Amino acid sequence: MSMKSTYGEPKANYGLKIALKSWTLFALMAVLTFICLFPIFILLINATRESIEIQNGIAFVPGNALMENFKKLTTDTNFTSSVNVAYGYLNSAIITVSACFLTVFFSALTAYGIQVYEFKMKEVSYTIILLVMMVPVQVTGAGFLSFMIDLNLHNTKWPLIIPAIAAPAVVFFMRSYMKSSFPLEIVEAARIDGSGEFSTFLKIAIPMMKPAIAVQAIFAFIANWNNLYTPQMILLSVGVEKKTLPMMLVSLQANDKTDWGVVYITIALSVLPLIIAYVFLSKFIIAGVALGGVKE
Amino acid sequence: MASAAQKRIKSISYAKYGYLFILPFFLVYGIFQLWPLIKTFILSFYGNGNKDLGIDIMTGQPRISDISNEDFVGLDNFKALLFGGKGEFDASTVQHEQFTQAFGNTILLWIGNFIPQIILSLSLAVWFTDAKLKIMGKGFFKVVMYMPNIITAASVSVLFLALCANKGPINQILEGIGLDTIRFVEGKNARPVVMFIQTWMWFGNTMIMLMSGIMGISPSLFEAADIDGASSMQTFWRVTLPLLSPIMVYTVVTSMIGGLQMFDIPFLFHDGAIENDYIKTVAVYILNKYNNPNGYQFGYAGAASVILFAFTAALGSITFIMNRDKDEVLKRKQRKMLIKQAKAKKSQFGGLGI
Repeated sequence: MSMKSTYGEPKANYGLKIALKSWTLFALMAVLTFICLFPIFILLINATRESIEIQNGIAFVPGNALMENFKKLTTDTNFTSSVNVAYGYLNSAIITVSACFLTVFFSALTAYGIQVYEFKMKEVSYTIILLVMMVPVQVTGAGFLSFMIDLNLHNTKWPLIIPAIAAPAVVFFMRSYMKSSFPLEIVEAARIDGSGEFSTFLKIAIPMMKPAIAVQAIFAFIANWNNLYTPQMILLSVGVEKKTLPMMLVSLQANDKTDWGVVYITIALSVLPLIIAYVFLSKFIIAGVALGGVKE
Repeated sequence: MASAAQKRIKSISYAKYGYLFILPFFLVYGIFQLWPLIKTFILSFYGNGNKDLGIDIMTGQPRISDISNEDFVGLDNFKALLFGGKGEFDASTVQHEQFTQAFGNTILLWIGNFIPQIILSLSLAVWFTDAKLKIMGKGFFKVVMYMPNIITAASVSVLFLALCANKGPINQILEGIGLDTIRFVEGKNARPVVMFIQTWMWFGNTMIMLMSGIMGISPSLFEAADIDGASSMQTFWRVTLPLLSPIMVYTVVTSMIGGLQMFDIPFLFHDGAIENDYIKTVAVYILNKYNNPNGYQFGYAGAASVILFAFTAALGSITFIMNRDKDEVLKRKQRKMLIKQAKAKKSQFGGLGI
């Protein structure tokens, strides 16, 4: 018996087949890339065109109405009553930056507390954190709003910032990270050198957890910046000067009377910071998502 | 009697720092999430709207609501949402219709975005991780495909609203190639668009999660399959998929929980003031209950939330059980044993603990 009959025919034209398949997939991925980028591309192009031009047909080169659209957005009373990009940026930035800072700092602190110290409630508290990780915000919404009305905190930013301290999923991620790359001997060494417990956390643990903190800070930033549900619920009756950027988009819902150029430029202004940030941070972001997929 | 040095050793217990460090988390969690959760349950047993409805314009008399947020109504809200009332125009029947439609929409929109999404993401993940294939620019493709996920969902929704408008770019293209224009934003037509937007936003995320799962599988298994002459289809069904199943379950369940919360896009994807009942989800239903001229309808919102919670809890417990680290359980048992032994020793050596 020959080798051939045992192992079957050697694959004919193996290299060619692989090359063919690779190129087919390349073409498919090019199509998907087009689908992913096309809406963004049209958005940016149309932000620079006049409303009439936009209604007449699509274009692949920018127009010259960018400044005009921007001027309309900031002066036309049809838009200034419901959209003010400067306030939008300011409010979104205040909420996002504070919430993001609180989330990563207190999550790192909680994860550190659970990982480093031995105490009775250690595992119980961690199990609780895992259990509550999946409770969606919609479920607590009615009680949350009603409680905030009792405290007279609705229509303020506080209910959007303070709860960021308790982020179970981030604690889970931070602890997983610490388990794999934070040797507890370092804490012992710091103690012997006379470092206080809190300063050990601040000066040794935080610098060592930088990669995890960076990834989680990015995700917390994106999540808070994009959040519409909680602000829409808490800031139920506020003027344009207190609204976040996504809330302002609510008033842009299309109808045939609107000025399309202004609609597009507002959307573009709301997504541009994210796209620019993504260009620089995509490596971290994708690595972070991949880490979420591997559960260890 | 223990000496001073022994006393000092005994007094160094760091447990209190553990409690101190986790205190802020549990304090804030208790106040801003646990109590609201409990309060949602309580509210679901109370009525809807304000007690005092203001002055009646016709009679000039103050109007008082019989079943306001202050009145205990037992399970009435649940009955209303799940079974409706007696007449066609009964308030309970209206709520029942709104809620069941919202629930149906939520499930439908989730299925409609999840099936294409998982097929696409899984195929892409397999192709991207296949060591034999030489696809140019893999890194670039990954970056581009994930991008829709980071863009504000509200912006995406308004953007697609503009793109899909009756005279928007998509219809301009359709017209350009000689096809009929489609009213994408109206009625049932909006459903496939919302499904498409959801898929567009989430397939990159799912793909990267599945990719990291596939890369966790030992490469030697793929090599062995290849040497044994398995075709790529056989490798996929017999090697990749069985080993990927824990992550697949995780993906399905997290996506389902996310799908139950679907809000931004269904909330915004309609023409101006005209709401589209075909894409209203449970989250939109709940939020709409806050925007009521006669005060917050916390009863209905609470009851809908509790039903949503029951669903999520059921789904969440599946992942929790699957997620549980078997080593961790074993370790915990060992730790308990050690503590027991230590305690036994403690009493043995005259209470000298370390």
